[in-house]
Amino acid sequence: MVHDALIIAGKDLRLEARSRVALNQVLPFVLAVVLLFGFALDADTALLRRATSGLFWVTVLFSAVIMVQRSFAIERQDGVTDALRLSSLSPGGIFLGKVVSLFCQLIVVEVVLGLCVVVFYDVTLSGGALLAVVSVVATLGIAAAGSLYGPLAAGLRNRDTLLPLLLLPVLAPILLGASRAFETALGRGVGGGWQWAAMLGIFAAVYLALGVAVWGTLLEET
Amino acid sequence: MEPVVHLHSTVALLGRFPALAGVDLDVDPGEIVLLRGPNGAGKTTVLRLCAGLVAPTRGEAVVLGVDLTVDRRSIRPLVGMMGHATGLYDDLTVAENVRFWARAGGADPADAGAAMDRVELAARVRSLPVERLSAGQRRRASLAAMLVRRPRLWLLDEPHAGLDAAARDLVDSLVTEASSVGATVLFASHELDRAEAVATRTVTISGGMVVGDSAAHLSAPVLEATHGA
Repeated sequence: MVHDALIIAGKDLRLEARSRVALNQVLPFVLAVVLLFGFALDADTALLRRATSGLFWVTVLFSAVIMVQRSFAIERQDGVTDALRLSSLSPGGIFLGKVVSLFCQLIVVEVVLGLCVVVFYDVTLSGGALLAVVSVVATLGIAAAGSLYGPLAAGLRNRDTLLPLLLLPVLAPILLGASRAFETALGRGVGGGWQWAAMLGIFAAVYLALGVAVWGTLLEET
Repeated sequence: MEPVVHLHSTVALLGRFPALAGVDLDVDPGEIVLLRGPNGAGKTTVLRLCAGLVAPTRGEAVVLGVDLTVDRRSIRPLVGMMGHATGLYDDLTVAENVRFWARAGGADPADAGAAMDRVELAARVRSLPVERLSAGQRRRASLAAMLVRRPRLWLLDEPHAGLDAAARDLVDSLVTEASSVGATVLFASHELDRAEAVATRTVTISGGMVVGDSAAHLSAPVLEATHGA
């Protein structure tokens, strides 16, 4: 399964390197959102700093929706879904490969977003270990849930509008947990950052297990 | 000799529509079987059923020893299918696509070059993204992606469509060559003159059933009786 996951992840990352969707569409989107929040909150850096954690993860979730749509649109090109069904790849391996690919792309987005927040919102980074762990487990959860709901939405007629409706409510616990943990790490929360990180880890583990278990059915039915 | 394909009273529903209404067909190793019939007759469904992509609803369906009524996934890595769609990623080059499908099919990606040689894809074309290829080049690339997996059963849906004369000759020679080394070929085609020249047997399908079968060519009265060909 790990071998299959690496084949899929390698292919997806190569496709991303060629099409540059993340580079040419998602990163400008991230920059625009950061600036728009700045305009909306009247460049009040104190308020922006207080809201940074929530704004960061809301932006990550919106970026994730775009990337999940892209990740599954490429599998619906010209008979590719049938070709994947005919391959020797295990459905669980394909799912994990999509998760790894989305994870890598989202981490790049988060690094760029983090730099934008530091520069534009005048945020001082602290609690590095908690920030890093929360980023990893939250991103893993987003990638796992996105890879589970992506093929569901990809098989629907109104897939572009339905994916956010399906995915964003599912990701609400990640928004809550990651935002609270980031607030703690940045010294503006009331503690409990590691408990939130553990909750995010459980979320990621549940969706990874669920995806491995049901992705074969999803591949057949969508 | 165990048939490569054994369908007996096989029914397949696509939604509520009976795409196959009781097909009886046995195909022996090395045969090149042309499936012919009018549009909507069920030719593509037979091919997809043999590939494990369509579930048999009733009847018997055994392909390469795998009972498709019990397990459809096990058959998939053993067959090669080229349909109307290419099954290629537009943003990857031809070579990258063929190597990827080799890995995904459990084959050696080092064989990709040989597969592309067999379909006579020029070196310049191999390094182009698929989205920049002509329709004929895409079909050749798709064929290479199938060949690299060394399938035991070839399932080709309109393999001559969109190809120039040289490429059609190439497809025919590849089919004949595959048969000579023991692979079995089922293909659907509307280009009957060319298809019947390469086929060792012709099976006529109409209304989701086999209505004609011959070792080489169907007789004219059978054709007229089935769909006025």
